[in-house]
Order: sequence, then C-alpha cells, then structure tokens
Amino acid sequence: MPNFNMRPDKNPMPVQDALIRNKNFEEVALGYSEEAAIDEAKRCLNCKNKPCISGCPVNVNIPDFVALTAEGKFEEAYQVIARTSSLPAVCGRVCPQETQCEGKCTRGVKGEAVAIGRLERFVADFHNRQGGAAAECKPNGHKVAVVGSGPAGLACAGDLAKSGYSVTVFEALHTPGGVLVYGIPEFRLPKSIVEREIEGLKNAGVKFETNSVIGRLFTVEELKTEYGFEAVFLGTGAGLPRFMGIRGESAKGVFSANEFLTRTNLMKAYRENSKTPIVSAKKVAVIGGGNVAMDAARSAKRLGAEAVYIVYRRSEQELPARREEIEHAKEEAVEFRFLVNPVEILTDENNDVRALKCVEMELGAPDSSGRRRPVEKQGSAFEMEVDCVILALGTSPNPLIKKTTPGLQTKSRGEIETDENGKTSIEGVFAGGDAVSGAATVILAMGAGKAAAKAIDEYIRSK
Amino acid sequence: MYRILKKESLNPTVTKMEIKAPFIAKKALAGQFVIVRADSDGERIPLTIAACDPQTGGVTIIFQVVGATTMELNDKKEGESLADFVGPLGMPTHLTGLKKVAVIGGGVGCAIALPVARALKNMGADVTSIVGFRSRDLVILEREFSEASDRMIMMTDDGSYGEKGNVCIPLKRLLEAGEQFDEVITIGPLIMMKFVAQTTLPYGVKTVASMNPIMIDGTGMCGCCRVSVGGEMKFACVDGPDFDAHLIDFDEAMQRAGSYKAFEARAREKHCNLYPKGEN
Repeated sequence: MPNFNMRPDKNPMPVQDALIRNKNFEEVALGYSEEAAIDEAKRCLNCKNKPCISGCPVNVNIPDFVALTAEGKFEEAYQVIARTSSLPAVCGRVCPQETQCEGKCTRGVKGEAVAIGRLERFVADFHNRQGGAAAECKPNGHKVAVVGSGPAGLACAGDLAKSGYSVTVFEALHTPGGVLVYGIPEFRLPKSIVEREIEGLKNAGVKFETNSVIGRLFTVEELKTEYGFEAVFLGTGAGLPRFMGIRGESAKGVFSANEFLTRTNLMKAYRENSKTPIVSAKKVAVIGGGNVAMDAARSAKRLGAEAVYIVYRRSEQELPARREEIEHAKEEAVEFRFLVNPVEILTDENNDVRALKCVEMELGAPDSSGRRRPVEKQGSAFEMEVDCVILALGTSPNPLIKKTTPGLQTKSRGEIETDENGKTSIEGVFAGGDAVSGAATVILAMGAGKAAAKAIDEYIRSK
Repeated sequence: MYRILKKESLNPTVTKMEIKAPFIAKKALAGQFVIVRADSDGERIPLTIAACDPQTGGVTIIFQVVGATTMELNDKKEGESLADFVGPLGMPTHLTGLKKVAVIGGGVGCAIALPVARALKNMGADVTSIVGFRSRDLVILEREFSEASDRMIMMTDDGSYGEKGNVCIPLKRLLEAGEQFDEVITIGPLIMMKFVAQTTLPYGVKTVASMNPIMIDGTGMCGCCRVSVGGEMKFACVDGPDFDAHLIDFDEAMQRAGSYKAFEARAREKHCNLYPKGEN
C-alpha cells in the first residue's frame, strides 16, 4: 500500500500575485507541479465508502484517478476521468468542488479535503500537453442535432459521438463554447483550453455550425423534418439577463454582466487593439453576489478601475459564489458592500451614471430559500459615487426556442419542462442545462447533457 | 465565410452589398436584420436586411460608412468574404391587414424602409412613401421606391431635389387634409423618427418605428439593445426592432446611441491613418 500523506492541509495552488494579476487577464491559478500533484494525491485514503463519487454530478471515479496520480500514471488517471467527463480541463477549473466531491471527502472531516479539483486540472493539462489522440468510434448512421455549444451541448455531443452518432452542433455566436467563451473570463478559464476541448470533439467527428440561431435560421421542427435529424438536444442556456426594474437602468454606463463579460471575453475588449469598445470606468458597482458578479468585478478591476464594489443585499454568509472566487476577488482589492440594496441609479445631465443610491439592509426571518430575508433599514438611504454599474442578478432562459417551437412545454419562468432524462413534451426533442434548470453550474449542465445523450441513444435504438 | 456576390456604391457614403447566405435568403422577412462581422477580429454590428433572393441565395445589406467598422466592411471587395453573417434576427414587421400605409424613410433608413414598402405593395396595400435626404447627391433607391409606392414624395433638407424640408412637412399636410392611414411606418435617424411620432400623435394614427440600437449578440443575451417603450424595458433584438413610436423614449435612445462616441472617433481615426503610429 502507498504511504499516505496525513498532512491536514491541501497542497497550496500556486497563483499569480494578487496585485499583479489584477492588472492582467492571464490565468490566476498556475497549476500543480508533478511533485505537488503526487504529494496531494497521496492524501487520499482510498476510503471504503468513496463519498466523493456521489458528490460529483457526472460520477467521476475519483479514488481511481487520484490513486493513479499518486503513482505518477497521469495519462491513465486522465483516462479514468475521461470515461465519464467530457471536459476535465474545464471542470478542474470551474466546478464548485467545495460543495460537491470535496465537500464529501473523508479527509475533510478533520482538516482539508483532498484537492480533487486541482488534481483533475493537473491530469487534464498533462494529457493536453501530450496531445492525446481522439478515441476511434464507428459511425452508426444516425443523425442528432445539438442546439447550443455550451457545457450541456458539448457534453451531450461528446457522448453521442462516442456512441457513433453523426452530431451537428448549432451555435448562435461566431465561436463555439457558450458561457465558457462569452461568460467565464480568460483569467479563470483560458479560452485556449476551451478551444482544445472543442478541437477534441471535432476530431471525434462532431460538426459545428456557428452563426446559426435556431428558431430563426431553422426551427426545431425543420431540423427534424427537413434536415433529417432523428433527435434534437436543446442546450440553449439561460442567457436573458435580469434587470432590477429601478430608475436609471438605461443610463449610459449601466451594463448587464452578460454584456460586460461578452464584450470583454468573447469580443476581447481587454486587448489593447480590440475593435470592441468597453467602458473605461473609474469606480464600478457590481450588483449581485454570484460567480458572475465576481467575474465582472474582477474583470472591471483588470480593465483599470480604481475602485470596484460588490453590492450585495444579504450578508457575506449568503454569497452564492464559490469560496475561491470570493477570496480571489478580495485579494485583488475588490471591495464588498454587504447588506446594501440599490434603489436607483443616479445620472448627470448627459445621462451618464454618477452614483448609485442605496439603502442599508438587515437580515430578518428566513425566506423560502432558507436564507434570512434582507429587510430595509428605515432612513438609511445613501449615495455611492460610481461611474459604472454592472447588474449580475441572474438570467432566465432565452425565449426564442419557446416562441418558435409550438408544443414545447415550459415552466412559468420559461424553463423547458423535461423528465429526469431530459425528454421534453415533443417526441425526439430533449433538453438540459440552464435552459431547463435556470442558471446553475457548468458541471450540472454537463451532467444533464450526458443524461440526455443516454436518453437520445435509447430513444433512437428503440425506434 | 460569406462571399460578397455584388458590391455597389449608392452614394459617396452608402454601399450596397449582396452576400451569399442561402439559408437566410430563404427565411428572412421584411423588417428582420443580420449581425455582420467583416473580419474575425471585428465588431458585431446589426444591419437590417434590404432584400433577399431565395434563388441565388443572396441577401442584400445597405449600410452607411460612418465609423471604423463600416469602413472595414466597405473595404471588402466583390468576391471576398465576410467572417460572420447571422440571421434572420428580430421580429418581422407586422403588415397583416394593412390597407393604406405611409412609409417614412430618412437617409440610409430608406434602404430598410424599401422592403417594407415592397411587401405592402405586393399584398395590395396603398403605399404613400415619403423619403428624405440631406441633399440631391445623397439620394438613394429613388426608382425602387417609386416602383413600390402608389405615391412618392421626395424631400431634401437643402431643397436641391424634390421639396425642401423634412419628412414631417408633407406628412402633416396629408394628415391635415384628412388622409386616413391605417399605419405610419418610419425608419431612419432617431431624431427624425421622434418627430414623425410627434407629428402623427395628435391624429391618433398608429405609428411604428424601427429601432437600430447598439447590439452585440443579437439573440437576447446581452441586454445592450434595451429600449424604453411605454416605461417598460424591451430588447430590440428579440422584442423588436419595431415598436410603437408613440411609446418609445427617443431621447434615452439617442443618449444610449452615443455611449461609445469617443471610442468610435478614435477607432475611425486609426482606420483612416494609412500607417499605424510608429511604423513610418
């Protein structure tokens, strides 16, 4: 048996210095060395219950891949992950491991969990550096369309291609990757990694049609009847930004986080010679407390803002963002204003933002989400001087598919209705990811994409 | 890549291009738009579709060369290709049931008003077109417009062609004379559409304006193209681009349209300079 490493703490992740990195868009975390990876992997006790596996939405065989890593068999370790996950290099970077695999780790009972996410990233990067070959798959002659090339669509396409299906992925934007490309910033998930994952799918035979807005260019019905796709998977995401409905939201200098991040990430506005304009704000308020809010705040800082505030109406304990993102944001000098709720965006005579009018909040009784409901403190209104406001209040599913697909059942907020396998109300049409769940995580979307791939395979076989 | 089948200069600042995009050509209806990127490092810009030919697969766009991005687009030659061409986006202009309509176009907006006038004419409606330009040398699509109209009134700001003045003058004259339009459809500069809306309001004629705000994705994802309509926030890319002109907050739209003025001026200057700074 290997000699276990009983140190209570994780091997630290080497990172760029906070006050250097908050001025560049290069990746924050630098990745483990081989020595650190082996050392960290030895912290896994290979315990009997393997609770980590049940914490993973796609059930990666974590103890096996960690054991192989401990032995220095990195490519074999990668192959274990690749059996169940389509995007290991992405998940190793953006999964909320602390509430999933690592949250269940036995080592976490006393001390810190094994750094499963960091190890996943390490073996995926190792594999990519070696230039791993695509698995051969025998075509089965059946055609499936995947709408949307975000995590759900990519996972679904990858699994179907492995089973021999001829898969075409339709993407509305000019670059495939969905939120991995337009939403998550370069410094958290380098786009070269997303490109490599997509190259891998292309090598496995998946076709990508960019600039194709389904619902407009082709309807779902046309994909089935005119273009001969036997099944369609809808992974269209939750892309429609929410606004607060307060005064001043249409002022100049107010952005949805989607717009701000799309300009920065997809359109590369952070590059000096970019043709896409971006606001050069001095003081930025980001409203919201999720990962998207952290991404927007950290991007604004990197674009040169002197002060960036996260304005959140609950307290620090309720922040929905990943712990790591919150810590990184703090290190990078993003300031947090907790228990503060914006009530109006104030403008100057040119309709440019000049301040955010806010009220202070206090926590009352728990609401339906179990979190204590923030209540306004009387007479606490104050002005926060800012010249840019970014709204990161969540998103709803894009209504385009619903509007153009008669018979597709949706829920009240527009989420597509499915059974647990992703089957929708229309025969041969499946859905998954944020389009079904509302805004959630990359890994949950991947899990839904994989479940739908399985259901599509069964559906086509049974025909 | 999307090949340029034809390119033609309509006036010194307005260019017409026909782009090969057969699936869009098959689907597009009057009032819908495309998002275009000339090069793979360029901006995404919305342009309303001016015409479609399902036989040749050609989609016609007409654009005014105003800034760096449209200059880049204009640098492309026949036979070359555009990096991206996405559509058809937006809701088609609602024309069903209209019998008598005034179509008011201004400047390059006439290129967008033309397919609307044509569609109306083809469905047998009585079409009055009022088209306005700054001066005679900027007039475009005159013949096409007169073919698509039962009556066409040409206006120029300086009186060098047609009647002197803006499009609201003949519109008001007609309304005052008791002309009953089912609808007035206006497409052009924001300031013109604002005054068209003001002109028709006292007569209670339903008026629709086609908005063309700054956009990025064009599919309802970024919220950049929001327009206040009757106090409600609407996204031009998915809810529009047509809205009730009497409810649109044009002043806000004009301010939003100027969001990147300084950046645009710098980009234009950069594009116009033959050599980048430091290279000569």
